[in-house]
Amino acid sequence: MSGMSDTTEAQARQTNEESMLESIQHNHLLGLATYSRPEIELILSTARQFREVLDRPIKRVPTLRGVTVVNLFFEPSTRTRISFELAEKRLSADTVNFSASGSSVSKGETLKDTAQNIEAMKIDIVVVRHQSPGAPHFLTQCVDAAIINAGDGAHEHPTQALLDLLTMTDRLGPLDGKRVSIIGDISHSRVARSNIHGLKAMGAEVTLCGPRTMIPFGINEMGVRVTNRLDEALEGCDVAMALRIQLERQGSVLFPSLREYHETFGIKMHHLHRYQDLLVMHPGPVNRGVELASEVVDHERAVILSQVTNGVAVRMSVLYHIAGIKRNESTDGD
Amino acid sequence: MKTSNVLFKGGQVLDPVAGTITVADVLVQDGVISRVESDIEAPGVDIVDCNGKMISPGWMDMHVHFREPGQEHKETIATGCAAAMAGGFTAVACMPNTDPPIHTRDVVEFIIERGEKTPVDVHPIACVSREREGKELTEMSDLTEGGAVAFSDDGDPVYDAGLMRRALEYSSMLGKPIINHMEDLSLNPHGHMHEGVVSTRLGVPGIPGLAEEVMIARDILISEFTGGHVHVAHISTGRAVDLVRDAKARGINVTAEVCTHHFTLTDQAVEDSSYSTAVKMHPPLRTDADILAIKEGLRDGTIQAICTDHAPHASFEKEVEFIAAPFGIIGLETAWGLIGRELIRPGVLSVIDAVRLLTTGPRDILGMPNPAIASGSPANLTIFDATTEWTFTEADIKSKSHNTPFIGSTMVGRPFGIYNREMLWLRESVTAAA
Repeated sequence: MSGMSDTTEAQARQTNEESMLESIQHNHLLGLATYSRPEIELILSTARQFREVLDRPIKRVPTLRGVTVVNLFFEPSTRTRISFELAEKRLSADTVNFSASGSSVSKGETLKDTAQNIEAMKIDIVVVRHQSPGAPHFLTQCVDAAIINAGDGAHEHPTQALLDLLTMTDRLGPLDGKRVSIIGDISHSRVARSNIHGLKAMGAEVTLCGPRTMIPFGINEMGVRVTNRLDEALEGCDVAMALRIQLERQGSVLFPSLREYHETFGIKMHHLHRYQDLLVMHPGPVNRGVELASEVVDHERAVILSQVTNGVAVRMSVLYHIAGIKRNESTDGD
Repeated sequence: MKTSNVLFKGGQVLDPVAGTITVADVLVQDGVISRVESDIEAPGVDIVDCNGKMISPGWMDMHVHFREPGQEHKETIATGCAAAMAGGFTAVACMPNTDPPIHTRDVVEFIIERGEKTPVDVHPIACVSREREGKELTEMSDLTEGGAVAFSDDGDPVYDAGLMRRALEYSSMLGKPIINHMEDLSLNPHGHMHEGVVSTRLGVPGIPGLAEEVMIARDILISEFTGGHVHVAHISTGRAVDLVRDAKARGINVTAEVCTHHFTLTDQAVEDSSYSTAVKMHPPLRTDADILAIKEGLRDGTIQAICTDHAPHASFEKEVEFIAAPFGIIGLETAWGLIGRELIRPGVLSVIDAVRLLTTGPRDILGMPNPAIASGSPANLTIFDATTEWTFTEADIKSKSHNTPFIGSTMVGRPFGIYNREMLWLRESVTAAA
């Protein structure tokens, strides 16, 4: 680029490069905290292309043929694991599943040993879900494979946030200035943290809402508004994202009962009537009658199933970019 | 290793009691200081050239974990003492969370005996409760006669307020402090780092400063009620320093120590290191505001001792995901270099004040005699300077475990040797010659 003589052309090209990245600048996807807007836009743009593949009769492309992916799940997960697995299969990658519940310590083998054993079988990408925040970061120090975070404790769940961003932009267009409220147990939510990073990067305004006991210390320093009143969160809001309440937390010191939670923080039909443009999202699985009234789940402005479809497309895109394969349909002859 | 007669020549002799630094030679004969004056000639006696260096009474770290008996894969008393020597310490007090715990006299005597093979005095701190279970008192009188210098269930708090009351009443008969690991467990059900903005960003369950402060407030009240001596182990928050300061002003028998890492690093280190388990300790690294308050507490005497909470863990135990990792780091070998870098060079403390926090401070808390650099006193000495800049490397480590965040860090000030019980240990760069 330094040899470029025509300044105008150089500037034009630079602008073009900034807005139309061809590859992401990371070897791993550990979280959205370090991903830039152009990188996120690139992943979403590729996801839209892959979504077309999902509508074909034969839903498979040869893009990742010869690439081996292991899904390393240390926490029970059905939909995220299935979504990744489908994404891998649609891209013709070879996939292996490894599931272990409980901590590595109780299992007798350390995470490092598990990862190194699997890598010794020649793995290119590890998709990891783990109860410890930072476990994917730790894996980057243990193995050479590329790491994709499929959820680490209450830290990040970046592919969930990416599929949420895709779902929102599909409905709303660019997210600049759009208002998104995330409602529920923010303290224990990796979905919330990844969405905060992603939404802020895309120019949206984020409000967090939930009982005081579920709002973590100093979260407002992440550049979000915090309220304990649902109406304040929904007023003027474009998207309400309800988070799943872990049922086992009922009766703990965090909240008294599911009944009271639904009364205070559940999105009900009267909210949809009052806020005519409000979209409702949920990372699933939904507790009907807790986070969302059952009729709200089935309402046309609830886009929960679109989120699920977009999940496969987004994960295909992430796998594609992390695998580092240049796009075939590159327009200029570079 | 036995060196009964030795002449320390040309050093600056630091007296923490008088608060003076005087250039003088120190002649030791049969392990006892015979003369402290200028230009001593002692033909035939080995000479240690102390030019440009300081000599003080031997340092003490009143809070270490030496893991023996029971967890010798982490540390033994021999390797722990080697680390203490390298750190300039002639004495340590070791915590009783061994296996078996230090809750019977035979374990106390075993530990003392192991320490006697080295120039480091190893003083056992015995359990407050049998099996460290927090239920019944140990035989404190017998343990004291065996050589225990204090009582603690460290690693865990004395959580039951009624037990704490009885422990303070009983130990006050013996003149020994109860050292409490200050933590209200109900306020920290499963935390792994300081609860604050960083833990929120990282999604790591937090340990609020409140858990420590509530327990300190309780123990201050129990101390006031019983008159017993409560010592706050590893104080880590600004509010906790305030509580201790106020209690002392009211004449309550409470003292406090701080670990070197708690005035050096903050919780930001967890994020900066990408969840390194080498910055996971208990209490956790706190905030800049807490460090400022701790420094003020060191300046005004609220905190009387600097310790390390030297907590060795094997590599395989620490090379795990953050939540699964045990708490604690080693600290004996980096203590003085961090004190120099964080406290002396920036002008928080003078060298004399810093040395007090390693000599008279901990010994006064434990009611132990202070070694003096004076004719007729048994020679118990540390040789050091407060200015040498050096880099701590993994090759330096004498401890059996390597769990420290300070590998590659610059240290300011270096211990060069110790002398105690007729044993001389010198760093390679210093030699003794006739």
